[in-house]
Amino acid sequence: MSTDEKQHSPSEQHVDGEWVDPGVPYHRPRRSDSDPKAAKRAERQVAALFGVSILGTIATLVVYFTQNQTEDVESIRLVNVLLGISLCFAMLGIGIGAVHWARTLMRDHEMVEERHAMRTSDESREVAIQYLKDGAEDSGLTTNRRTLLKGSLITAVAIAPLAVLVPQIGNMGGDWNVAKFRHTMWAKGTRLARDPDGSLIKASDVTIGSVFHVIPDGLNELEHGKLEEKAKAIVLLIRLDPRDLNLQPGKEDWSFDGIIAYSKICTHVGCPVALYEQQTHHLLCPCHQSTFDVANGAKVVFGPAKRPLPQLPIAVDGEGYIVAQSDFHEPVGPSYWDRLKGGSSPAPSTEEGHA
Amino acid sequence: MGAKVNTAVAGTSNWVDERTTIGGFVKFFARKLFPDHWSFMLGEIALYSFLVLVITGIFLTAFFVPSMDIVHYEGEFATMHGVEMSKAFESTLVTSFQVPGGMLVRQMHHWSALLFTAAIVTHMARVFFTGAFRKPREINWLVGFTLMILSLAAGFTGYSLPDDVLSGNGLRIIDGVVKSIPLIGTYISYWLFGGEFPGEVLIPRMFTAHILLVPGLILGLIAVHLFLVFLHKHTQYPGGGRKDTNVVGLPLFPVYMAKAGGFFFVVFGVIALIAGLFTINPVWNYGPYDPSPVSAGTQPDWYILFIDGGLRLMPGWIGSFPMEWVIGGYTLPLNILIPAVILPGLFFTFLAVYPWLEALATGDRGERHVLDRPRNVPVRTGIGVGLISFYVVLVIEGSNDIVALLFHLSLNDITLLNRVLIFALPILSFLITRRICYGLQRKDRELVLHGHETGRIVRHEHGEYIEVHEPLSEQEVWLRVQHGDIAPLEIEPEFNHRGVRRKGYRFDRFRRRLSRFYYEQRIQPVTPEEYEAAKHAHH
Amino acid sequence: MNSLARRRYSKSAPVILVLALLMALTALGFAASASTAEASTTSASDIEEGEKLFAANCASCHGLDAQGTDGVAPSLVGVGAAAVDFQVGTGRMPMQQSGPQVQEKQVQFSQEEILQLAAFVASLGDGPAIPTPEMVDAALGNPAVGMEIFRTNCAMCHGSVGGGGALTQGKFAPNLWSTSPTHIYEAMLVGPQSMPVFNDANITPENKRNIIAYLEFQQDGSPGGLKLGTIGPVAEGFWGWLVGLGLIIASTIYVGARAS
Repeated sequence: MSTDEKQHSPSEQHVDGEWVDPGVPYHRPRRSDSDPKAAKRAERQVAALFGVSILGTIATLVVYFTQNQTEDVESIRLVNVLLGISLCFAMLGIGIGAVHWARTLMRDHEMVEERHAMRTSDESREVAIQYLKDGAEDSGLTTNRRTLLKGSLITAVAIAPLAVLVPQIGNMGGDWNVAKFRHTMWAKGTRLARDPDGSLIKASDVTIGSVFHVIPDGLNELEHGKLEEKAKAIVLLIRLDPRDLNLQPGKEDWSFDGIIAYSKICTHVGCPVALYEQQTHHLLCPCHQSTFDVANGAKVVFGPAKRPLPQLPIAVDGEGYIVAQSDFHEPVGPSYWDRLKGGSSPAPSTEEGHA
Repeated sequence: MGAKVNTAVAGTSNWVDERTTIGGFVKFFARKLFPDHWSFMLGEIALYSFLVLVITGIFLTAFFVPSMDIVHYEGEFATMHGVEMSKAFESTLVTSFQVPGGMLVRQMHHWSALLFTAAIVTHMARVFFTGAFRKPREINWLVGFTLMILSLAAGFTGYSLPDDVLSGNGLRIIDGVVKSIPLIGTYISYWLFGGEFPGEVLIPRMFTAHILLVPGLILGLIAVHLFLVFLHKHTQYPGGGRKDTNVVGLPLFPVYMAKAGGFFFVVFGVIALIAGLFTINPVWNYGPYDPSPVSAGTQPDWYILFIDGGLRLMPGWIGSFPMEWVIGGYTLPLNILIPAVILPGLFFTFLAVYPWLEALATGDRGERHVLDRPRNVPVRTGIGVGLISFYVVLVIEGSNDIVALLFHLSLNDITLLNRVLIFALPILSFLITRRICYGLQRKDRELVLHGHETGRIVRHEHGEYIEVHEPLSEQEVWLRVQHGDIAPLEIEPEFNHRGVRRKGYRFDRFRRRLSRFYYEQRIQPVTPEEYEAAKHAHH
Repeated sequence: MNSLARRRYSKSAPVILVLALLMALTALGFAASASTAEASTTSASDIEEGEKLFAANCASCHGLDAQGTDGVAPSLVGVGAAAVDFQVGTGRMPMQQSGPQVQEKQVQFSQEEILQLAAFVASLGDGPAIPTPEMVDAALGNPAVGMEIFRTNCAMCHGSVGGGGALTQGKFAPNLWSTSPTHIYEAMLVGPQSMPVFNDANITPENKRNIIAYLEFQQDGSPGGLKLGTIGPVAEGFWGWLVGLGLIIASTIYVGARAS
């Protein structure tokens, strides 16, 4: 600060009660401006930096051609590190070299340039307006108001995009059958199977404190739509001590012996609710921390979800395998506008989504 | 040799100029002045990381297969060998594991994306806090705002391309959010995915968006953005010689070509180094997308975290009051619409229209090319800090399980605390920031009136001890007084001379209230009279 | 002085002492290895020793008969030797204070004592046994299959590579990288504290071994470089801002600054 030369005497810092702009501050010369040896040194440094870049490029190419990358952790990691570092030198050399050149050798004495207002001058504006008037006259629309012409033009242009957009948007929606969201693969008699291998589950397999991740039997054999069905049909099978389980009214026979099944799809925005805390009987969804109480109808005890997880009615079949009694009694997963419309009873047949 | 080069250059230039008038172009651009300050390079960081994204992206498109067809991985990597996956996932593994340099380029691409979005936000904050959005740059603010939104789209579509469990669950969440939209939500979902989630067309569609539609828009808008910067000339910080009617700086050719051009290579080099050393997005650990698995620590990339945080923060029940309503049998999930649709919409709309809001309060009609020092605009600075703290609370809430794990806290407690902070912190930080700005302005006044404290104590003959103050140089004084005083708007009276209420009065009254909010409480810069009075008092 | 010392101590005393020390150490070594080699065979004396240890260290919470105390400690009848080996072998038990999350800490008993405790508890009722070394040998497992099972059943709590994860109310699923294969196997089998029970009908013994192979594979580190804690996008964003943007902004200050 004290190196700034005062360009005005202190009494001229303000004039007539107004502050006066002191002007651009004094320009301090750099070492390389005044000392030719320093300038030469700077030049050599810049050249050296560019040289580092050249070495980096060569190193990158050498690594690329000599390193034989095999598909194991150490090899991939080694090639990655070597290429990354050499590429870094190749780039940084040029970058720092150019910047160093600009900082030490290039002009650093500031210049001043006047700005012009953005506004076009009044003369030019008048000419422009006149051109527009001339053009309007030439269009033949100024003799009378020609509202019919204007109106039809605007209408035509406004709706023409529809001819392109409607087929574009319409075709992207597939068969537009949003009713599919209502039903899943589960139906009366569908056996519960382990996710992901599809082996069947016997009631005796499910001991107290267990959680099984479940898919419907037959899901893995689907030729089409496997992930779409899985995205609706995944289920959690849990066994609690029956004394801890508060059966919900109307759903007393949907579970047995403390073995109970809920949809795994969060009723918030659809992540898999997968964390089961054995001691608290809480299910935690890792995405937004909605917490469901398995012992009390999977109702929400914390977090952004509002609705409890839909329960899958299950029973045991003659051979001891756990089966569904029907589809879910409500659409699974996140809420949508008309989820409560269109009936809540499960689809009677198993035709949808099966191979 | 030099002479030969000269004639070669002259000849080529002539040939081109005779066909393109390029001489005028060179005249306009070559010696354009740019003020020199590091904070003006933040936008460049965004630009250069975008260039790195394009360069590395082209490499990746040579190997990525945007298809959801099912294959089994035939490579040797132990945890992936024989695993069933989509071709998109498989090609990502091939790029990372089998293509030499593929892992590096893929990691450079992803680190670059994080940097791109971070630089945009930082640059936007700099523009906001220095008032660079004022006339004539409102349009450029909108262009930049749109670029920011597009960067989110580019990032989101990009990291969803490998079709892994982490990004797939992110897509599932988007599907859930989309479904929550009243009336048309299920149709939008069905349209996006070409059917039920996950469908078979999503990856190819996102690929097109990611490499063609979004980058095309970004490139076009970058061109507009840079053109406007050249047209308006860059803004400059206040200082001696800097006025709204000039620009003080160094020329584009050669200084900024070297500095800015060199800086591109610096950014490239840093990204290469980081990508060589640090793992990012290890999709082989998440596995190919399946709707069933999910891992602890399921978060989107940082720039989408604010939405995830909003979704975590919003309670599904407030006491026994549900946040999902059923009206006439139709379901309205406010617990999703508020944090994921309504609040971000309001937040971004406020950001977008801010230049006009502030112009309403100022009544300022002139072009502004000298920047504000943030302390001299306390309400704007306070609003900016308030907005940032709102955003940060959401980002921290989006990371709440990570915070809970690392710091041994309860994630439930973190969420409950953030539910309070989301309201309290923006207001508190606004008030505190505004206070701090006033304090800084008062400090500036003190400095101008009394000078720097030197730490030298002098004893007068009559026994008084004083500290010697060194008066400020005229540059330092100018910096602290140049901003002038802005008084709140005065408006015409409510009733005209005939006693009839004016038509625009309501709006004017709103303007005055807004203006008072901004400018009523203010610290005026030292006037020359005060300065002289202080000088005399010292002698 | 020297003559005094010589008369009192025999010259060969040091040699005898060293030999005795060596023999004692060898005996201890044999004893130690003997107890692990014969882990599967428990004798009546083991059960007796175990009962004594139990009475001294565990009964205050679990009761002398291991029937448990309501609200303090559960019954151990039927938990099996595997549960004891896991809980005591990782230092979780004896617990400092009752609560839903048991912290892993310094192991308080020798492996021999742990086996004796396990034998005692196993004698109270049938329960899961300690796995054999072959059952937990990662080299015999398939990491790809292990990953598929892990990501369906384990990753949601323990993280995609076993780095750990948060549960509700301050509980957490711990990091698995320094947990021994035997303890991993036992934890799956037993379902300690918040962890569910993954009996052999849920995750077969082969798949348990596959999971161990998957976790073992993760010890090699990441092919992309440093792991950043395997936390995921949050860590990536944090380091991207701090290191990435930080380094680059530092360089802008360098670029914009005047040279001297």
